[in-house]
Amino acid sequence: MSTFWSWWIIVITIVTNVGICWVLFSNRKVTVKELPKDGEVPTTGHVYDGIEEYDNPLPGWWFNMFVGTVIFAVIYLVLYPGMGNFPGVLGWTSEGQWQEQEKKAEDRFEAVYSTFEGLTIEELAVNPEAFKIGRRLFGNNCAVCHGSDGRGSYGFPNLTDGDWLYGGTPEAIGASITHGRSGMMPAWSAVIGEEGVNQVTEYLFKIGESEHDATLAAGGEKVFATFCAGCHGADGKGNQALGAPNLSDDIWLYGRSPELIRTTIRSGRQGLMPAQGEQLHESKIRLLTGYVYSLAHQ
Amino acid sequence: MSDASSANTLPTYNIKVVKQFAIMTVVWGIVGMLVGVILAAELIWPNMNMGLPWLHFGRLRPLHTNAVIFAFGGCALFTSAYYVVQKTCQATLFMPRLAAFTFWGWQLVIVSAAITLPMGFTSTKEYAELEWPIDILITIVWVSYAIVFFGTIAKRQTSHIYVANWFFGAFILAVAMLHVVNSAAIPVSMFKSYSVYAGTIDAMVQWWYGHNAVGFFLTAGFLGMMYYFVPKQAGRPVYSYRLSIVHFWALVAIYIWAGPHHLHYTSLPDWAQSLGMVMSLILLAPSWGGMINGIMTLSGAWDKLRTDPTLRFLVVSLSFYGMSTFEGPMMAIKTVNALSHNTDWTIGHVHSGALGWVAMISIGSMYHLIPIIFEKPKMYSIKLINTHFWLATMGTVLYIASMWVNGLAQGLMWRAFNTDGTLTYTFAESIEASMPGYYVRLIGGGMFFFGMLVMAFNVWKTCRGPGISVPVDSQSATAA
Repeated sequence: MSTFWSWWIIVITIVTNVGICWVLFSNRKVTVKELPKDGEVPTTGHVYDGIEEYDNPLPGWWFNMFVGTVIFAVIYLVLYPGMGNFPGVLGWTSEGQWQEQEKKAEDRFEAVYSTFEGLTIEELAVNPEAFKIGRRLFGNNCAVCHGSDGRGSYGFPNLTDGDWLYGGTPEAIGASITHGRSGMMPAWSAVIGEEGVNQVTEYLFKIGESEHDATLAAGGEKVFATFCAGCHGADGKGNQALGAPNLSDDIWLYGRSPELIRTTIRSGRQGLMPAQGEQLHESKIRLLTGYVYSLAHQ
Repeated sequence: MSDASSANTLPTYNIKVVKQFAIMTVVWGIVGMLVGVILAAELIWPNMNMGLPWLHFGRLRPLHTNAVIFAFGGCALFTSAYYVVQKTCQATLFMPRLAAFTFWGWQLVIVSAAITLPMGFTSTKEYAELEWPIDILITIVWVSYAIVFFGTIAKRQTSHIYVANWFFGAFILAVAMLHVVNSAAIPVSMFKSYSVYAGTIDAMVQWWYGHNAVGFFLTAGFLGMMYYFVPKQAGRPVYSYRLSIVHFWALVAIYIWAGPHHLHYTSLPDWAQSLGMVMSLILLAPSWGGMINGIMTLSGAWDKLRTDPTLRFLVVSLSFYGMSTFEGPMMAIKTVNALSHNTDWTIGHVHSGALGWVAMISIGSMYHLIPIIFEKPKMYSIKLINTHFWLATMGTVLYIASMWVNGLAQGLMWRAFNTDGTLTYTFAESIEASMPGYYVRLIGGGMFFFGMLVMAFNVWKTCRGPGISVPVDSQSATAA
């Protein structure tokens, strides 16, 4: 903030607070100090549509409360940021408070996580204590997409079925969590046309050993070999290095109806698993990896 | 007082526009609260919208807030400002045709809102969701309102300006400024525009507007109402002229600073958050000034509370006002806000203001005003006013108590940690824990809504009932 705006804030804050204090103190005393003998408080003499106004003084407790809040404000604005660029004598910032709490939490919880340091992922997967923590970490961070049971949903992979897009080894699972994954199936309608989309769809049912149109599937085989096999493999069994799914099994992330498969081929698909490395750090990711590993090995 | 000599030269007041706004206050109150009850039910049974997008929570919610604040509250403020400014200035409304335009213009704004919000047209700014063509209409109506109001003040026959008019005046000026600044947008089509502000600045402008919609529309305006109808109904002088001076100037000077407390622990710079917090705390005393002046006006007339349910509405509204203006500064404290923010506590706080203060002071004022402007001896049934009073009071208490419980439960569940640093509860578990509160809220809101139906019946019977022979103007002149 520039010096001008800093002073602008300081000046209007002071003017406002001094102003209301002036109004408050200048109305502290009533005009008539001595009450008339009958004890009736005098009115101001104005009458509006029959309404009169008493000239009662400000209630003392209310006056004190008002002054008290202003004094609190002055003290607070000396201690904390508020007056433009003046940082306050305590040097407090909200970012500093956050980092301090982060640090405190890390110190406290690191002790819990360090007890699992010597264990391998396979050992963590069968350790009841690690499993408990892993399940909570999963509930906090993963369940929103993959479901609290890890079975996923439309567009979000099932983690319990042993079918892995990017591999199910401890290393591969850990890498998926730490760095995230970005799945990209290109749109093919402009390249292979509607006829090619239909043919490839029938061919996929053929390699999946389902009911299919043999003529279309035969044409689809050629299209598949030219355009699809590069990622999904000549046999359609996929490629975990690329995250290209196996197309010969029964597991379909975006649905297995002919229309949904045609949509996938026509328009492509984009899947995104966000990277968790920055947020969760290694010790938590190891427990999470053990938990996810255990889901597929029960 | 010199008024006595001028009594025979009292003008013929413009009561027609007051009557129109008074009736629409009751009508829009019923509509706005019915939508509120539907929303409360949708939070329990989410499929209640039957798959129709127009009935979805996300679209009905802004309809509810706009209908209750600007349709019900707005009509109540037009009614009372137009009536009070005439009576306390002893002058008929300035430019009566323009006053008539404000009525039809404001109804057009409300109907446009009722059509466009369920259709999904929204600027996405809370309490300012209406799209730019409607915003322009609001501006035109509001400037007309200001011309009529201040024009009437200018031609007053009294030497001073009564305190109620200070508050109405501040409310009209501040709302004009807030609306124009916050709604500034670049239109991209007939029903879509984008705010001229971006990021944190947009958020700050939004809550500068949002909190002062509370401060000037829902507080200053209704304090104007209070300053006329409480002394009138109680038949007592206002407690302290000095208190009204101090709390008026302090209120209008401090409220405008309080907006940042809606943005604690966000990317809003620390200095702005701190200033918003301390100014919100200073706001406690100026807010309570109005409550003290209203309640102490009853000293010497407390016995009337036993027999007069209209006065009960007014006094209980002041109690809720005092309670929510204590709660507000407390919730503005950063550490309290860290617990309360985004929970149902906020919803409860808003409704202790909206039901307890705004609606109850309006209802009490209407029960006072309607027989007078429709030239009837009194309301059709005092007993039904009493029934309405208990429905409204119990409904409000159930509503805010359930939201307090829910808010605290949610805030505490969201910040509960296991020994390994993971969260103890998922978000869905906090929703599950809130379900009993949602049922109680539906019952409370339903009672309040039912009370409005009782009022509508009472008002209908009053207007259809036998009149009095003395016309309204000479009657009030003899009273003065």
